[in-house]
Amino acid sequence: MRRERDVEQEEAALNDPILELREVSKVYSNEQLQVAALKSADLRIEEGEYAVIMGPSGSGKSTLLNILGCLDRISSGRYFLGGEDVSGLDDDALSAIRSRRIGFIFQSYNLIPQLNVLENIEVPLFYQNVSERQARIRATEIADRLGLGARLRHKPSELSGGQQQRVAIARSLVSSPLMILADEPTGNLDSATGDEILHVIDELNAEGKTIVMVTHDDEIAHRAHRIVRLKDGEIVSNELSEPSAGGRAKPVAGGTNR
Amino acid sequence: MNVVRFERAVRMGAKNLWQYKMRAGLTILGMVFGVSSVIAMLSVAEGAGREVQEQIRRLGSNNILISSQKLPQEQFSGGQSGGTSQIAAYGLTYEDANRLAVRVPYLVSSCPAKVIQQTVRFRDRQVETTLVATVPQYPEITNHRMLAGRFFTKTDMDKAAPVCVIGARLARTLFAAHDPIDQTIKLGNDEVYRVIGVMGDVYTAKSPELTNKPLWFVGENQDVYLPLISYFKRSGDLFMHRTEGSSTFEKVELHQLILTVDGEEHVMPAYAAARDTLRTYHKREDYQIVVPLELLEQSKATRRLFNIVLGAIAAISLIVGGIGIMNIMLATVSERTREIGIRRALGARQRDIVMQFLIETVILSITGGLIGLFGGALIPKIITLLTNVKTVLTPLSFVVAFGVSVAVGLVFGIYPARRAALMDPIEALRHE
Ligand SMILES: Nc1ncnc2c1ncn2[C@@H]1O[C@H](COP(=O)(O)OP(=O)(O)OP(=O)(O)O)[C@@H](O)[C@H]1O
Ligand SMILES: [Mg+2]
Repeated sequence: MRRERDVEQEEAALNDPILELREVSKVYSNEQLQVAALKSADLRIEEGEYAVIMGPSGSGKSTLLNILGCLDRISSGRYFLGGEDVSGLDDDALSAIRSRRIGFIFQSYNLIPQLNVLENIEVPLFYQNVSERQARIRATEIADRLGLGARLRHKPSELSGGQQQRVAIARSLVSSPLMILADEPTGNLDSATGDEILHVIDELNAEGKTIVMVTHDDEIAHRAHRIVRLKDGEIVSNELSEPSAGGRAKPVAGGTNR
Repeated sequence: MNVVRFERAVRMGAKNLWQYKMRAGLTILGMVFGVSSVIAMLSVAEGAGREVQEQIRRLGSNNILISSQKLPQEQFSGGQSGGTSQIAAYGLTYEDANRLAVRVPYLVSSCPAKVIQQTVRFRDRQVETTLVATVPQYPEITNHRMLAGRFFTKTDMDKAAPVCVIGARLARTLFAAHDPIDQTIKLGNDEVYRVIGVMGDVYTAKSPELTNKPLWFVGENQDVYLPLISYFKRSGDLFMHRTEGSSTFEKVELHQLILTVDGEEHVMPAYAAARDTLRTYHKREDYQIVVPLELLEQSKATRRLFNIVLGAIAAISLIVGGIGIMNIMLATVSERTREIGIRRALGARQRDIVMQFLIETVILSITGGLIGLFGGALIPKIITLLTNVKTVLTPLSFVVAFGVSVAVGLVFGIYPARRAALMDPIEALRHE
């Protein structure tokens, strides 16, 4: 199913969406076979939105998120990030975008085992030439905010799953990115700890951060403004929903694709 | 890449390596052996080179050395009537010296000498030593330096004065702490000579410190020098040659003749003329001609071979060290695949990853190189101690070894580092 769009009208719009995919496809090919992980996907997400991506396993959720995070390249179509076409950028430029505009949160935390909490949080700043002193100040501040103040010198192996995920969130926030991309951030956590993490994410969104999160869980999905459903690499539905959690149900601008 | 970031990257690399001390240590060991062997090789080669140059300088590169040679099958001839002992006569003659002086081109000087084993006595002390009966130019031509008194002059020679100059070590053994000048010593059959000077070793530019020390503590020279005429007048051309058990009389007019020409380029033509002249007048080859300059050429050729062999060994050990480093870095890279994926996702560029691993490799190789410098300084000392082979450590060899260790780190580190950087970030993140 293809949505018709009035491109002219969209570009005339006053404020650009924070990200926009136009007929984006992703094909993985190896020697024997080609897998179309994403088929001609169109998607707009506005600044400050909280979007979840849902769908069965293998439907292309991670693929989509990686493309949004400039970690993977698209096979065809165009991707606009903050109004800029990033489809044709080279590796260095994409690295710079990841460094400054994107914060990743992974299901398996992905902390660097030999670094302690503070050092892990500082990693993104290292690639932005932020001075060591400055980096330390910011990392400490964010760690405190996420309730990690007592664990700054601990190694990841000395932390619980929930604490590790908090470190990962702190790391994703440290360079004040445009948006946070989370791939099943609660997938490895028990429901109570998962709720804590989701609460943190809710707060971030309430402060204005754009969130795109992959999840399997309908409960979690209902915290979001927008639910994007994927099946076999196609976006089968893209609907706004009334957030059920918390008292932050402010109306969401844009995203009227349907 | 800016300096601050580089410095931080270096610290990060060092910290990472520190977590695998055992592994890093063993890797470094490979480099240590490589660099040590390079330095040891350079110092042995340098030592051999200096040794040869020293010898050449001692002999003089403008000189042609002709010495009398007793042939093994030499028949005793010129037997003196009435004696049971026979006399072996051979070698260079006064006549040869005269002929050569006329026929050899480019000649600056000709320095004849008799060189005879004799006993020398001072009061009750007696030393077996070498007499050199020669001409006043001898010290100049052979690069010897005087330590005290004077060498004999042409006047001494013409008057056949009974004067002599003794070597510094001989002065030490015969006279202990006393001043030997103007003392009289007895040579051979109680011939009396007055000491007029003390002679040091062959002069080398490297021993200025000798001048500051008391003369009788320096030098290994044990010879006695006297005017050729003085010796001839008293002892003649006949002397006793002692070999184990038996002794024979020999008649040799000159044991040695040093021809000096005016430049290195004239050594070979002069040599040819000297050789032809001697061939004409000697039925047997009872002489030997040595051209120091030619020795120099020969030694250069052997040294080149020597250097190639040593260099190849050192290069192989460096390559082995480098491969060790590369092996470890490949293991490290694959172990840390996930970390690479994380760093890439957080904004590291490919060149940041290259730098991270290259820095670790270079830290390993430089650390190995530095330890190797110490090893390299030690090994030549041990070699000298055990084998008496001369070794010389030059600052250049340290520079070379250090440079080489950095180069090895870069060369063998670039492949693992690039492999890390070119990994697909997503694949790397999925890596277990
Ligand atoms: N590197 C790759 N090479 C080939 N095929 C791939 C590659 N990565 C993903 N795919 C395929 O693309 C499709 C989408 O994969 P993706 O990881 O996006 O699924 P997902 O929706 O995230 O699944 P899950 O919920 O299990 O994480 C799958 O069929 C997968 O097999
Ligand atoms: Mg997935």
